Amino acid sequence: MTNSTELLYVISGEDFASAGEASTSFKNELKKLNVSPEVIRRASIAMYEGEINMVIHAYGGTARVTVDDKDIKIVLADNGPGIEDVEKAMQAGYSTATDGIRDLGFGAGMGLPNMKKYSDEMTIETHEGEGTTVTMIVHREPEVS
Amino acid sequence: MTLQDINNLPDFTITCEGDNTLTVTDVFCCDMLSLAMSKGIEHAAWVTVMGGVNTLAVLRLTEMSCIILAEGVKPDDVMKQKALEEGIAVFTTDLSVFRAALKIHEALS
Ligand SMILES: Nc1ncnc2c1ncn2[C@@H]1O[C@H](COP(=O)(O)OP(=O)(O)O)[C@@H](O)[C@H]1O
Ligand SMILES: [Mg+2]
Repeated sequence: MTNSTELLYVISGEDFASAGEASTSFKNELKKLNVSPEVIRRASIAMYEGEINMVIHAYGGTARVTVDDKDIKIVLADNGPGIEDVEKAMQAGYSTATDGIRDLGFGAGMGLPNMKKYSDEMTIETHEGEGTTVTMIVHREPEVS
Repeated sequence: MTLQDINNLPDFTITCEGDNTLTVTDVFCCDMLSLAMSKGIEHAAWVTVMGGVNTLAVLRLTEMSCIILAEGVKPDDVMKQKALEEGIAVFTTDLSVFRAALKIHEALS
């Protein structure tokens, strides 16, 4: 039998003061679970970018995390506006963030590209006007081939 | 060196007290949070002009040692409050980002 840990985070929208708290708590949990530092680093960056996206683009949402012996799975679900053109959104530097958001240091258009880069698998399911679900998997050990 | 050593440098003023015994082993400069998040160096002193609460979240996640606000930037009230709550050290300086980083670098070597 494999051990598995489930974590749930509720992320509130437009709450910039607590943006990043879920990711910080997530990182601390991974440490307790003895995940290797490099995997923690990658998973935390991916989680942080996903958390920030839900705050700035989607009025908040939830992050469901499952950690087992092999993988860290992060499911970010929101009821936001959805992503109109996913291919475009995935391009480095593409952002619809407002000037106000940029003044806070966000909106560099590197979030989704970083999430893809730092996770091993990523899928985006999105429907206009309904919301977006981003699923990311980070392997705990490098693939042996 | 430790945060206390930065505190002793003439150009830097502590505006939020942290743990003065924390070690600093490097300097990092960046204002874009996404970039800082992926490139931030553990135990570095982070020199930036972003005096907002989100800088604190990135600092915590990257496990850098302190924030140094350059160019005379002051932390906004929310940042100040939160830094105090969480015991994160925030220094301010009138130096430019480059000059501030250089001073820390010199103090490190
Ligand atoms: N959860 C989301 N809901 C709606 N739109 C999103 C979401 N995440 C990303 N987007 C869209 O994709 C674009 C690119 O995202 P990203 O690469 O993270 O850059 P940034 O967040 O800096 O704008 C965003 O500007 C936004 O238009
Ligand atoms: Mg983003």
